[in-house]
Amino acid sequence: MTGPIIKLDGVHKSYGEVDVLKGIDLDIAEGEFLTLLGPSGCGKTTLLRIIAGFEEVTDGVCLISGRDMAGVPANKRPTNMVFQSYAVFPHLTVAQNVAFGLRRSKLGKAEKAAKVEEALGMVGLGGYGARAAHALSGGQRQRVALARALILEPTVLLLDEPLSALDRKLREQMQSELRRLQRQVGITFILVTHDQEEALIMSDRIAVMFGGRIAQLAPPQELYRRPRTLDVARFIGVMNVLPGEVKEKGPAGIEVRVDGLGRARIEPEQAPSGARIGTGWAGIRPETMSVLFAGEQTDRSVAEGEVAEVTYYGDMTYYDVILDGTDRPLTISMKNLIGREVLERGARTRVSWDARSIVWFGEEAV
Amino acid sequence: MAFWQSRSETTKGYATVAPPLLYAFFLLAVPLGAVLVLSFWSQEFQTIDRTFTLANYREALSDPLYRLLLWRSVKIAGATTIVTVLLAFPIAYFVSFHVPPHKKSLWIFLITIPFWTSYLIRVFLWKVILGYGGVLNSALMGLGVIDEPMTFLLYNANSVVITLAHAFAPFAILPIFVSLEKIDRSLLEASRDLGESTAMTFLRVTLPLAAPGVIAAILIVFIPTVGDYVTPRLVGGPDGTMIANMIQVQFLQLSNAPLGSALAVLAMLTVTVVALIVSLGIGRLVRAPK
Amino acid sequence: MRGLKLYAIGYLIFLYAPIALLPLFAFNDGTVIAFPLQGFTWKWFAGLATTPALHDAVINSLLIAVTSAILATLLGICAARANARYRFPFKTGILGFIMVPLVLPEIIVGVSLLVVIANIFSMRLSLWTVVLGHTLICMPFAIAILNSAFDNLDASLEEAAVDLGETPWNTFRLVTLPLVMPGIVSSLLISFTISLDEFIIAFFLTGAEPTMPVYIWAQLRFPQSLPIIMALGTILVALSIVLLTVAEIFRRRGLARAGVRDTGGFL
Repeated sequence: MTGPIIKLDGVHKSYGEVDVLKGIDLDIAEGEFLTLLGPSGCGKTTLLRIIAGFEEVTDGVCLISGRDMAGVPANKRPTNMVFQSYAVFPHLTVAQNVAFGLRRSKLGKAEKAAKVEEALGMVGLGGYGARAAHALSGGQRQRVALARALILEPTVLLLDEPLSALDRKLREQMQSELRRLQRQVGITFILVTHDQEEALIMSDRIAVMFGGRIAQLAPPQELYRRPRTLDVARFIGVMNVLPGEVKEKGPAGIEVRVDGLGRARIEPEQAPSGARIGTGWAGIRPETMSVLFAGEQTDRSVAEGEVAEVTYYGDMTYYDVILDGTDRPLTISMKNLIGREVLERGARTRVSWDARSIVWFGEEAV
Repeated sequence: MAFWQSRSETTKGYATVAPPLLYAFFLLAVPLGAVLVLSFWSQEFQTIDRTFTLANYREALSDPLYRLLLWRSVKIAGATTIVTVLLAFPIAYFVSFHVPPHKKSLWIFLITIPFWTSYLIRVFLWKVILGYGGVLNSALMGLGVIDEPMTFLLYNANSVVITLAHAFAPFAILPIFVSLEKIDRSLLEASRDLGESTAMTFLRVTLPLAAPGVIAAILIVFIPTVGDYVTPRLVGGPDGTMIANMIQVQFLQLSNAPLGSALAVLAMLTVTVVALIVSLGIGRLVRAPK
Repeated sequence: MRGLKLYAIGYLIFLYAPIALLPLFAFNDGTVIAFPLQGFTWKWFAGLATTPALHDAVINSLLIAVTSAILATLLGICAARANARYRFPFKTGILGFIMVPLVLPEIIVGVSLLVVIANIFSMRLSLWTVVLGHTLICMPFAIAILNSAFDNLDASLEEAAVDLGETPWNTFRLVTLPLVMPGIVSSLLISFTISLDEFIIAFFLTGAEPTMPVYIWAQLRFPQSLPIIMALGTILVALSIVLLTVAEIFRRRGLARAGVRDTGGFL
């Protein structure tokens, strides 16, 4: 493979006075499953529509397979899209929908029918061809939209919040199915979603967007473990954030003091946005901390505090604990194992954590 | 949504709306402008004198006949509007609140059908119903309710009001129905839950929320009825003729287009003033209790 | 609730009273339009067949109604499309202005068109001048119907067609048109019905060739013509009920096709 399949360089987009995209640089590799993740209004859908050809860049370049897409309309681009509303043509049958893009191909009638049936089989709708599209359920429409786009063997498949209209169970099923399908066909997928869990489950890499910029581009594990900014940290999962101060700085990491947690040494990769002497913020995930039970021994760092809130989820219990000498509660998640009691609100407890899991943000803002 | 060409959305929007806009401009705005201009000219037999004059307006406003016709048109249209909207509201309310959803469009269909059948013949049939020897009188006499035919039914303002209330019924029902349909039913339950009676809920919740539909109904009935021609001519008699009949006479019989234009302009002016008063006045009335 | 239902039924009787009388007098074997009825006859319907002036008027009206319906619907498609798809300055004002004929007294429309056509352009009045006026007053009705058809059309359906490789024109032909077709048919039928029945504008703008309502108007003055007019009216009522039912069926089919729930009538 030579170079990225999609290259975005300095892409800006504004509607009148409003800047929706403020300089996007992004390289997407062939066969990659990339997710654009962010809250509504962050510009992720606009970016997808620029790649599809439904919007034009105000400034910057969009290359697909090395070809500049400026002035190339959507119907001439090697991309296909699965729309949020699915956009399955209600006046056609399932087969006619799937064959819609084959109208201009030179294939014979029988070959087309075979391709349609193959595509339908791929999405688990074999034998549904003759059904009227408007009689399908939401999940079935979704599959038709997928088959209709994949049958054209696009260079890139674009998915605009495709699962947001499905109920939870169906959504989880489609997530794994989409992932399997992507591996099977080997086509580059670009997914737009506001659901961080969905992004973590499905993607090879995730681009987290805020306010028209990419805040971080990383594989799911790195994104979760080492978010670059507080915004990203708070958007992906739960992150406890505590004020702190960098005391010493050396080649092997930094020495920090964190409210409630005391002093800790932090490896360079745990401070992805860099660190300088002065105040900043420490982040720690709920599952890397534990509530210690009476008499429980540990070699990890320990502090004492009071349980301010208990939320019971069945498999997990979430505790909000206020450590002595601090005023903001920390969230700690515990598996509900046999023999492990659930603490009451107001109970005193000891808390332990793994200092290696602390992430340092050298930011001024809260 | 500008997606398939580089031209801006604004340009495409204007290009798309241009044909109907130009049509309405040349066949509505220009003709109305022409009527306005013509109303300031004068006519002697077939020749039009293009010097500016207010003579037509002076004549229209000083001649008691024209003043009477204009005032009567407003009165009859006003009475028609009140009667039509008062009769229509319970129907709209009934269909919206008491008819099961799948039967609503059937009811609306039933209500609109008479409206689409020949207007002239419908008006004429009211003459047959309301006349001296008409259906209503003979029926009531046959039943022994009255001893001799009622004469106040036909050839006066009453008959015009009844006939117009019939003709414009769907125009009043539909906007009220639409605004009632838009009311979130849980608002009514909330009002009951907060302790209001059914009647007070209607007054404090339903009616204010239906106000836009009622205003639309009032305007959509009042405006065309001021200028109605057929009904006063067929069932109005001498006491029921309205301004439109005089405009027609000026244009087609007396060949005094400038005076007819002045009357038309005055009629439109009256309509506009009344419409503004109604929409502003009722709007304020409804908002006042907040 | 019961009272309301009784009232509703009474109201429907009020609405249908005049129309219910039509067939009574159309089949009544007497020249006076009054009770008591005289016996059954077909002769007034037979009389329709032997009135050439009426035939000419009907043909004129049909020509005008078909032309006006097509023109009003074409213009309505443009307006509804602009309304549904584009944002542009003064949009509300422009679309509101196009809808004005809906609330203008028809006599004003008739008079003002007469002024322009006769006094300014000195054009001869003809069927075409009536078409101009009827297109103008049918246009707002066409727009109202087509607006709902175009509004119910999901924009991403068109984007999907472009995305799958179709040109804008083919997208319109293969996706947009089939989906709004029920609205178009229903707009054509409603416009046709309005034009066929319109009297005042035709009265002002028709030349030597009367339309059907203008002919009826003239006949209403002659008592001996009235039974024939009743027969004509009966046919017209039957015809418009058929047309409206067809229009309604198309409207509903359109809603079903677009996957939208039914919310009410044409307007």
